[in-house]
Amino acid sequence: MPLLEVKNLHVEVDGKKILNGLDLVVEKGSVHAIMGPNGSGKSTLAHVLAGKENYVVTEGQVLFDGEDVFALEPDERAAKGLFLAFQYPVEVPGVATYTFLRTAINAQRKKRGEAELTIPEVMKRVNAMAAELGIDRDMLRRAVNVGFSGGEKKRNEIMQMALLEPRLCVLDETDSGLDIDALKIVADGVNRLRSPERAFIVITHYQRLLNYIVPDVVHVLSRGRIARTGGKELALELEAKGYAQYQEELV
Amino acid sequence: MNAEVRPLKTAAETALAASFAAAKAALPGKGSLAGLREQAFQQFNAAGLPHRRVEAWKYTDLRALMHDAKPLAGPPDAAAKARARDAGAMLASIEGRRVVFVDGAFVPELSELAELEPGLSIGSMAQALAKADALVSRHLGKVVPTDDIAVALNTAFMGDGALIRIAAGATLARPLHLVFFNAGTRPAAVFARSLVVIEKGARAMLVESHEGSAGADYQVNAALELVVGDGAHVDHIKLTGDGAGALHVASLMASIGARARFNEFLFTTGGGAVRNQLFVRFDGDDTVAGIRGATLLKDRQHADTTVVADHAHGACTSREMFKSVLDDDSRGIFQGKIIVRPHAQKTDAKMATHALLLSETAEADSKPELEIFADDVQCGHGATTGALDDDLLFYLRARGIPPKEAESLLIQAFVGEAVDGIEHAGLRDALMDHVAGWLKARG
Repeated sequence: MPLLEVKNLHVEVDGKKILNGLDLVVEKGSVHAIMGPNGSGKSTLAHVLAGKENYVVTEGQVLFDGEDVFALEPDERAAKGLFLAFQYPVEVPGVATYTFLRTAINAQRKKRGEAELTIPEVMKRVNAMAAELGIDRDMLRRAVNVGFSGGEKKRNEIMQMALLEPRLCVLDETDSGLDIDALKIVADGVNRLRSPERAFIVITHYQRLLNYIVPDVVHVLSRGRIARTGGKELALELEAKGYAQYQEELV
Repeated sequence: MNAEVRPLKTAAETALAASFAAAKAALPGKGSLAGLREQAFQQFNAAGLPHRRVEAWKYTDLRALMHDAKPLAGPPDAAAKARARDAGAMLASIEGRRVVFVDGAFVPELSELAELEPGLSIGSMAQALAKADALVSRHLGKVVPTDDIAVALNTAFMGDGALIRIAAGATLARPLHLVFFNAGTRPAAVFARSLVVIEKGARAMLVESHEGSAGADYQVNAALELVVGDGAHVDHIKLTGDGAGALHVASLMASIGARARFNEFLFTTGGGAVRNQLFVRFDGDDTVAGIRGATLLKDRQHADTTVVADHAHGACTSREMFKSVLDDDSRGIFQGKIIVRPHAQKTDAKMATHALLLSETAEADSKPELEIFADDVQCGHGATTGALDDDLLFYLRARGIPPKEAESLLIQAFVGEAVDGIEHAGLRDALMDHVAGWLKARG
C-alpha cells in the first residue's frame, strides 16, 4: 500500500478553483519533488494535506496509509505522522520553543498510546538536534520564531520535523529566502531523515534545492493538476526552459 | 441647562441610608472621625449610587447592579473563622506572613503576629479608629482624596481592616499576605478599610487576596490607602477571587514618593460583579511604576478595572498593561486615565490593554484617556480586542497539539506577558498555576 494516495483532488478557496483533479501516489522511502509556477496550487496541496481551514474539497480523496485524511483533524493527522514544514512559519509570542516542542512531542505520543517524555528527556533530544542543525540554545528558550531570521525559522521547522519523526514530510518552499549556507544545513537535516519507512514531498519553485535533496520523482504542477512526471533530470530541464510550456499546454 | 433631577431612591440606596442611621453610633471612631463618616455619607446621599451616566462608572452601573443593600456583617463566629484557615491557600508557596480578616474583621488568632521584622507593625483598623490613632488621623481619607461615591460609602461604613506601618529603611524578609475571607454565612455587606504606610527607603511586598464561598450572597466594599515613601520599593498584588454571587468593589488610593519603585498587579478571576479602581498619584520625581493586571472571566461575570495614574510630579515612568480573557457571556472593562500635571515634565507614561474573546457573546470595553498639561512628555496608549489567531492555532495543531491544549497554550502566553511584570518568581508561578487551573476547568 502506498503511504499517500491523492485521487482526483479538487479544491476551492473562496469559491476559486485551485486544485483541479490532482493525482499523486507516494511510496514509502521515496522523495517526490513538486515544482510549478506561482499560483499552480503547490501550497494549496500542502495546506489541504495538513488540514487548514477555508480549503474546500469539492471532489476526490486522499488516503494516508490507507486512511481517509479528511476524516481526521489537523492534530490527528500530525499524530499519525504527517508533517508540514511551513513556507511562512508563524511567530508564537509568549510560548518558549522548549515548551512548544515538549507539548507537541507529548501530545503526539499520548495520542499514539506511548509514554510521555519528561522535561529532561525532551531537553536532551532537543539540545542534540539543535546542535546538529546549528541552532543556538538561546533560541530554544525564546518564544517560537519570535525575532528569528528567515533562515532560523526554516531551521526551526526542520528541527521540529526531526524531533517529531513523521512518516510523511511535506516541505512547502522551505528553500525560499535561504542563502546557500542555510540551504545546505536544511538539506543535510532532511537527508539525515531519509529512511525506507519515510517519504518526502518537497515543494519548490526552483531546481536549486534539488541539488542537495535529490528526488526520486519530479512532478510539474500546473493549473491545479500534475502536468508531467519524470525523474530528477526533469528538474534540470525546467531550470533551463522555465514553466512557460506547461502554462500553454493547458490553455 | 437642566437641573440635576434625582429619581426616586432605589431600594439599595434607601437601605444604605437606614443602615447608616442605625449603625453610625456603634461604628468605631468619635469626634472628627465620626464627622468624616457623616460627611462621606452625606456625599453619597446627595449623589446616590453611581450609574451609567456618571462617566467614571459608565460601564458598571452600580445602581442597576445593586438590587439591594445587605445588612452590615457582624463579627465572625467560630465556624466562619475555622473556614478561613484554608483561605489564600493558592498562595501558600510564597510563604507570606498571613494576616487574616473574616468578613472584614481582623482575626489575630489566625494571623502570624509573632517575630515581626524590625520596623513592621500590624494592627486593627477598628481599634485604631476607636482610639483615634495618630497615623490614622494623619492619613485617613487624605492619601489621594477623591469624590468617588464607592470610596465615600466605604468611609461612611468603614468597620475594620489592616493598619500597617513599615518604618524607614526596613526590609520585609517575607511578603505580607492580607487574607480577606468572606464567610457568607448569611447575606452581608463588608466595608473593609485599610491603611498601609511604607516609609522612606523601605522594601515590602504586599499581597491581598479576597475570596468567599461560591454560593454566598455578599457585597464587599474594600478600600486601601497606601503611602509609599521616597526611595521605597513596594509591590502590591491584589487577587479578587470572590464567589460568583458576590459584588466586589475595591478602591486603592496610593501616593508614591520620589525615586520610588512601585509595582501594582490586579489578578481577577472571581466575583459576580467586580470593580477594581486605582487612584495612583506620583508625589515625587523620578519614580518608576508598573501597573498591570490579568482578568479571566466566564459565565456572566462582570469585571471593571479603572485606573487613574496622576503624574503630579515630573520625570516619573509609568507602564500599564492589562490583559483580559473573556469566555461565555462575561464582560471585561478597562478604563485608564493618565493625567500629566503642568509641571510634570519628562513624564513617560504608557498604557496598553488587550482583551481576548473566547466566545461570541463575551464583551470587552476599553476606554483610554490622556489629560496632558505639560509639553515635554511621552505618553501613549494602545488597545486591542480579538479572538485567538487562527493561523497560530493551526500551526500548533499541525504539530499534533489538540485544539483545547493549543488554545490553553496561547491563552497562558497572552496572560503571561502581564504576569511577567511581577518581580516575585514564586508569585508569578502561583498565578500561572491558577491560570492553568482556570483553563482546565473550562474543559
